[in-house]
Amino acid sequence: MKFSENWLRTWVNPDLSSEALAHALTMAGLEVEALEPVAPAFNNVVVAEVLEVVKHPNAERLNVCQVNVGEARPLTIVCGAANVAVGVKVPCARIGAVLPGDFVIKQAKVRNVESFGMLCSDKELGLAEESQGPSTELRTGLWLLPNDAPVGKNLREYLELNDKLFTLKLTPNRSDCSGMVGVAREVAALTGSALKPLDIQTQPVTLSEQLPVKVSDTQACPLYCGRLVRGVNATAITPAWMLRRLERSGLRGINAVVDITNYVMLEMGQPMHAFDVAKLSGGITVRKARRGESLTLLNEQTVVLDEEILVIADDARVLAMAGIMGGQGSGVETTTQDVFLESAFFHPDAIAGKARRFGLATDSSFRFERGVDFAATRQALERATQLLLEICGGNAGAISEVRGQLPARVAIALRRSRIARVLGIALDNNQIATLLKRLQFDFVANGDDYRVSPPSFRFDLSIEADLIEELARLYGYDNIPAQVPQSAMTMLPYSELQRPLACIQQTLVARDYQEIVSYAFVEQQVERELCGNDDPVALQNPIASNLAVMRSSLIGGLVGALRFNLNRKQERVRLFEAGACFAKADNEYIQSQRLSGLAYGETQPEQWGAATRPVDFYDVKADVEALFAPQSLRFVAAAHPALHPGRSAQIFCGEQVVGWIGELHPHWQQQYDMAQACVWFEVELGALTLAKVPHMSEIAKFLPVRRDLAVVVDEGITVQTLLDAMQHVSAPYVAEVALFDVYRGKGVEQGKKSLAFRVLLQDTHKTLTDSEIEPSIAQLVAVLQKHGAQLRM
Amino acid sequence: MEQLQQILDQALKQFAAISDEAELEQVKAKYLGREGSLTVLLKGLGKLSAEERPAAGARINQVKQGIEAALQQRRDALQQNKLAQQLAAESLDVTLPGRGLSTGGLHPVTHTLERIEQLFHSLGFATASGPEIERDFYNFTALNIPENHPARAMHDTFYIDPQHVLRTHTSPVQVHYMETHQPPLKIISPGRVYRVDSDATHSPMFHQVEGLWVDEEVSFANLKGVVQDFLQCFFEQDDLQVRFRPSFFPFTEPSAEIDMSWNGGWLEIGGCGMVHPNVLKHVNIDSEKYLGFAFGLGVERLAMLRYGVNDLRLFYESDLRFLKQFN
Repeated sequence: MKFSENWLRTWVNPDLSSEALAHALTMAGLEVEALEPVAPAFNNVVVAEVLEVVKHPNAERLNVCQVNVGEARPLTIVCGAANVAVGVKVPCARIGAVLPGDFVIKQAKVRNVESFGMLCSDKELGLAEESQGPSTELRTGLWLLPNDAPVGKNLREYLELNDKLFTLKLTPNRSDCSGMVGVAREVAALTGSALKPLDIQTQPVTLSEQLPVKVSDTQACPLYCGRLVRGVNATAITPAWMLRRLERSGLRGINAVVDITNYVMLEMGQPMHAFDVAKLSGGITVRKARRGESLTLLNEQTVVLDEEILVIADDARVLAMAGIMGGQGSGVETTTQDVFLESAFFHPDAIAGKARRFGLATDSSFRFERGVDFAATRQALERATQLLLEICGGNAGAISEVRGQLPARVAIALRRSRIARVLGIALDNNQIATLLKRLQFDFVANGDDYRVSPPSFRFDLSIEADLIEELARLYGYDNIPAQVPQSAMTMLPYSELQRPLACIQQTLVARDYQEIVSYAFVEQQVERELCGNDDPVALQNPIASNLAVMRSSLIGGLVGALRFNLNRKQERVRLFEAGACFAKADNEYIQSQRLSGLAYGETQPEQWGAATRPVDFYDVKADVEALFAPQSLRFVAAAHPALHPGRSAQIFCGEQVVGWIGELHPHWQQQYDMAQACVWFEVELGALTLAKVPHMSEIAKFLPVRRDLAVVVDEGITVQTLLDAMQHVSAPYVAEVALFDVYRGKGVEQGKKSLAFRVLLQDTHKTLTDSEIEPSIAQLVAVLQKHGAQLRM
Repeated sequence: MEQLQQILDQALKQFAAISDEAELEQVKAKYLGREGSLTVLLKGLGKLSAEERPAAGARINQVKQGIEAALQQRRDALQQNKLAQQLAAESLDVTLPGRGLSTGGLHPVTHTLERIEQLFHSLGFATASGPEIERDFYNFTALNIPENHPARAMHDTFYIDPQHVLRTHTSPVQVHYMETHQPPLKIISPGRVYRVDSDATHSPMFHQVEGLWVDEEVSFANLKGVVQDFLQCFFEQDDLQVRFRPSFFPFTEPSAEIDMSWNGGWLEIGGCGMVHPNVLKHVNIDSEKYLGFAFGLGVERLAMLRYGVNDLRLFYESDLRFLKQFN
């Protein structure tokens, strides 16, 4: 809601500066988003009439003008504008005037002719970005004022430029302030200033005709008022004061009749409509649309309607979407002679959401879906008639009114004790009564209990809490103290079975990974290519095509971030992200929290004391193992669309698949212009946050014995296979078997590899002897040989 | 006698001139070895008479001890010398950089969230979470925003299907939590939220922290107290001005915007209010017995103010040159 401060002050004029008034509104919940002057500062500019225009003797494009500024003698002014002409009225900056940009007007010789001022364009006065007058690159056109502009009058006074614009950011509950009446009422309540009532007189009926009005759905339209006015002059000029107020509220002038309906809407908050009677056939019906009926709206959009949409129709067709927008072919034009004026109350439930369904948002739908004061609906029609007769003339018929069940305003119980509990302050009965009166709420008091009837203009008051907010608002939130609550102290549970995410993140940070946060929506192509996901969770209304589907993995964001940084000359990039991933499942959505990372570039930052090499699968595998420690993981080779088929694995924790690890497929590496491969992992956070409470077991009293086993096996045999096999035989005393060396090359046949295992043997009761150990070692050797291993001596 | 003195003098002189341990041991043999001059003298004792022998023996031993002491002294000196040389040779340029990995770091939003959580944990707030793809019911209806309510338009919602949205705020977590927990309850819920909006000051994805306290006696004055305390602690400014301005949220009544003073003006930092009785009714909490307050804070806004970040989009670009500034 945008309006002129001067207009507001014709209703209520508190002794407050513009800024103080804006602050008072803001602190009452009517946030003043903007407070700006109508015109920038300038002075000494008056209305002038050009009396004579003579070509400048020394300059092709200049004219020497005689200008009447309301004084005995005209002024000589040199002017370069193309549209200067005898008889035009234009703004004239007198000598000494200061224009926007601290431009001071001085008496000056222009090519040897003395000039005593400057004729101005609206641009030069800071009132327009571009001059409305005809301009060329060198010369801006003069601002031509109306013919009846009073010569000599100060321009700021003449155009009421000493005014400010208020822009309110209205919350959905305060539709009552979408009209000046409501804002003024609010200001009066806040400041205690007197509110001047709007003087609306019942207009004399000088026309016996009435248009028949039928309302077939009085629930959706509980009140409809309409009247015929014949013989209007639709070409009448909208009065300057009205046009000014409309423009200062952001509305353009259209024609006098439409301007009047818009004016009454701004003034009283009641949207109105005017039909050209000549274009109607028969009477007016308010009804639900029939499925398939169509209507071309004033904005030229054609909509196909259904039974949910309330319309205004005549006997032949749909004329308007009720409370939203009028249709083409029934509106008022300059040729219109007879007008049917409509002022109705459409129920918020009947309008809410309907405009949005068609992508519309109009001044009318804004008001109706939030609630319009039904007690003022008929008054607004009288007001519009009054203005119409004054400006366009004509004869008004009697008002046709159809009335159904208007919204009830049930009295709400309000308890003083509850106010104290909710707000934390004790208001006495005197204070409560005073606040309610200032809000114009009718109430009955019974000791500490009140019954409050909400006024017709408020649609947001139905329970006690609503009234308490009103009291608090008026009392001033600032006046309620900030008090730290007192309550029983209880400790928060802190389970050791859950590892906090922060600890997990710290593990990666310590291993040189940098956290990122990327959008949870990605490009569909990324999902298809990197995740093999042809059916991602898609947004119905994405903000951009590259943010159209929900990620099923964090890989897209990480690879995107890697590419972003490689393009900025980063050579070593190690990133991680924790966040939700999304998938479809039987009309439901699976949302899993994951942790994912990637490493690119050298294992260590370039440095003097360590040879560097590109990061590989096993470096990142160690990071993943560190994340899960002390749980042990298993890695099973498996194919993933994003990964190198020979360098990727599924990660198992126990029986459960908890993630993926692998090198980016060379195909993507090439496509993404990466000089090296990057290694990526992703794991389920749920598996990572599980923890056990440690329980101590006795430390063995005897030292273990170590035996090393070196074998040569086929390349195709995985280390895990051999480890599993050795574990499986459960050889006595074997406490640990671990790989400590892999060797290929001289001495080992092509296609084979040499593996060296460390075996630790231990007994809890004694130190083991060779003879006790040998059978165990023999068992291990036997099982290795079963897998084709040759013992290396 | 004279001979003995000569031997001693000569030994001391010779030892002093030696700078090599092996050489020293060789020279030692000259005096104390099997053929050494002192050994020879000792062997010669047998030729002396029984009367002369003890005195002569004592003198020789005296000299021998003198030589041995000098020898040991010289050994120690040589060893110390050697160590000193070794240490000198082994000295490092301690200014060379340390070897190995560098460290990474957390995202500034994570830093901010951790600070927020810690501050609220100190007041006894537990952390709760909820889904990001949310049922329309939890995101709106259960929060007193019925279908077609104009407040839905305020939310610029991403739709997945007619029943599911990307949550537009963290408030649905309130509902989930209250469905499964009985008052008194005190939680915060940090998380990602989504709105159809994108420019220098709006991101289609951002973070909020929701707070909820339901108990028999919690008031609007308490809400002001907790939020003000939090902001003053978060920014470590005891005199930080916090302002509560009437506003509208369907799920709170009374409702307020939270503004804080910054650079001479006011900045909106979140919204709050007393939990609307309809919200409590949805989860079968008796709104006559219990009151509650709730607040929602913009995490990025807090991070921007705290760390001087001037463009919201920087948080999501993953530019290492930006991120590393917070390590």
